[in-house]
Amino acid sequence: MENTNILLAGVGGQGVLLASQIFTSVAIEADLDVKQSEVHGMSQRGGSVTSHVRFGEKVYSPTIDPGEADFLIGFERLETLRNVHCLKAGGTIIYNTMRINPSTVAAGVSEYPGDVPEQILAFGEKTFLIDGLGLAEQAGNTRSSNVVMVGAVSTFLPLPESLWEAKIKELLPPKLVDLNLKAFHLGREAVKK
Amino acid sequence: MSEERAILSGNEAIARGVWEAGVRLACAYPGTPSTEILENVKNYPDIYSEWAPNEKVALEVGIGSSIAGARTLVTMKHVGINVAADPLFTFSYTGVNGGLILVSADDPAMHSSQNEQDNRNYAKFAKIPVVEASDSQECKDFVAIALDISEQFDTPVMYRTTTRTSHSKSIVTLGERKEQPGKVELVKNMPKYTMLPVSAKQRHPLVEERILKLKEYAETTELNRVEMNDSKIGVITNGISYQYVKEALPNVSVLKLGLTYPLPENKIKDFAGKVDKLLIIEEGDPFFEEQITVMGVKIDHGKDLFPLVGELSAAFIKAQVEGVTVELKDPAAGLPGRPPAFCPGCSHRGIFTILKKLKVFVSGDIGCYTLGALPPIGAMHACVCMGASISMGHGMAKVIDAGDDMTQKVVSVIGDSTFFHSGMTSLLNCIYNKSNSVAMILDNRTTGMTGGQENPGSGKTLAGEDAISADIPALVKAFGIKNIITIDPYDLKDIEDKMKVALAAEEMTVVVVEAPCVLRYRISHPAWVVDRDKCTGCKQCLKVSCNALSLEEDGDDKFVVIDPNMCAGCGVCAQVCKFDAIGENK
Repeated sequence: MENTNILLAGVGGQGVLLASQIFTSVAIEADLDVKQSEVHGMSQRGGSVTSHVRFGEKVYSPTIDPGEADFLIGFERLETLRNVHCLKAGGTIIYNTMRINPSTVAAGVSEYPGDVPEQILAFGEKTFLIDGLGLAEQAGNTRSSNVVMVGAVSTFLPLPESLWEAKIKELLPPKLVDLNLKAFHLGREAVKK
Repeated sequence: MSEERAILSGNEAIARGVWEAGVRLACAYPGTPSTEILENVKNYPDIYSEWAPNEKVALEVGIGSSIAGARTLVTMKHVGINVAADPLFTFSYTGVNGGLILVSADDPAMHSSQNEQDNRNYAKFAKIPVVEASDSQECKDFVAIALDISEQFDTPVMYRTTTRTSHSKSIVTLGERKEQPGKVELVKNMPKYTMLPVSAKQRHPLVEERILKLKEYAETTELNRVEMNDSKIGVITNGISYQYVKEALPNVSVLKLGLTYPLPENKIKDFAGKVDKLLIIEEGDPFFEEQITVMGVKIDHGKDLFPLVGELSAAFIKAQVEGVTVELKDPAAGLPGRPPAFCPGCSHRGIFTILKKLKVFVSGDIGCYTLGALPPIGAMHACVCMGASISMGHGMAKVIDAGDDMTQKVVSVIGDSTFFHSGMTSLLNCIYNKSNSVAMILDNRTTGMTGGQENPGSGKTLAGEDAISADIPALVKAFGIKNIITIDPYDLKDIEDKMKVALAAEEMTVVVVEAPCVLRYRISHPAWVVDRDKCTGCKQCLKVSCNALSLEEDGDDKFVVIDPNMCAGCGVCAQVCKFDAIGENK
């Protein structure tokens, strides 16, 4: 079995790392070897964040090289576009269509490109757009868009739904479990449509 | 019984490893990528752990604990070893009592650092062994071996990680704690621990003998492992590079070094003799390559293919060895970057906005406020290392006759944690040598850039216990400095007026800015709002570089909006608006 490579890309504060944690916990529970890598430090201050998740029979490198990602999970559209070169030929892009201005755009020294969705589409034939923010709001909290994305991706992986639910219950604080389970299922349904 | 497994980062695994290996004391100064080790150690009540104000102090606390017989952990980022080098080189002579490992977390590719020095060189220089793991399981398991080496060979051991081993997660099988049988007590042994010339002269030959014994040990230790495969290519590698090699070149033979100094000469020669082509694949300096060359072993490829700069990767190694280049479309070239910026509500924003306006030269330091160097603010003009701002600023002011020329006046800017780290001595030097510079101490009561760790000004220890909260103005006063100004970082006029007074002063002036970090303390003010009728779209407010603000367009109408979810309520943007367009939400 080939390893599965999932690249998550977003902005500091979007919960990219919690989403990675859900993936790695599910994989370990499914008796797979798993590695995850991220670089933090500067990323906390609203910078770009990427997290690499790899699982399969045996994983060596903790990082995904350009052109090797089976899945690119974008938490924000510009960050999705920034990482499309990491996608394998025939790979799948699932991204949250929300827009967060970089500090350079906020400061008026650069412009947020207007045609991001079109540019993304040029890279991946299998591209799924998710209204992460809207669905998270529907689930009860805009901050749960990371779990919406996890739900969307979960439909592509041969791992049982119950396993995902169990790990969400385990990893999130008790009072946030219900709304995140809702977010997870909204993400799943969004892809099925 | 099934074994307990967990997915841990290298740093979490090291914390677990020191707990299992019976370590009694752990000490550190925070620094990416090392910080999480102590943050995890503190969760093990069997280990006493603390933040020291700097790395030199951390190592000295560790040396004391080791001399008293306790197994000890000291951690720091790579540049921290520069600060701790003085005690380290002589601790190499005294040796240990309880085993001591010194974690040096290096940062190839400088994800969060000012240089990418390869600290294996330090271990060779200080004549101590280096242990390097390549995944989290090894990060945990090698700790116990490294502590055994420390005690068996009477030496501190450098435990080197890189960003990728420290911050990558992989599966770890956990063990239990083993208390160490040795007694923790002070035994007076002057010739071993008191390094006067008379005793140091006796210790130095022992250090040289120790390295020879460690070379013999290197030949047989399980830390160095041969994985024979196809004999056409043999690779000598270490740390995270091992994982890249296994991924990229699954059929080659590998000599994986876990004890990376001193090297096992016979094992290397034996391995080299069994393969047609020998490759040395190591990140950073040609540390193995130079030593293996000196052994007289022919190396086919090393730094000619795998550069000194930055990180390696599986794809890069594959491309270099197989001589293929992969064409990749990279869309990132034309996209706006997303650099880190001051958080909405950060107390540094107003300070740097005014420093820029005043056109002064800003001598900077290491911390969140270093982000003041980035556009659009761009108001930091030199930054070298922890604690250097005040001393560099003093040096500049001594050779410049600024007169009334604001561009030639120097303001040194330093944070509270950095001031406690090594800025206090710089300030003492200023007042002693009659400096006419201005120093600003941005006191937010935390070590912010590494995620908000406690320091002597926080009022809390690493363990969360109440502690002193060092009074910076009182310290400055005690040095003999008379001109001490305190300012409110959210009142731009106050900052500007008081900075002008400070810059006009004949004597050394210290400006203390007291405002807690917004990551830990919220500002009790609602989000600000833009009055679209008043806003002209002039972008003046955008120059304070706040992610809560953005320019919107509606046909020809340009105006700024404030994201109420991001706005912390600090009001700095409202103060720079010339049209009074930013107001309180009613």
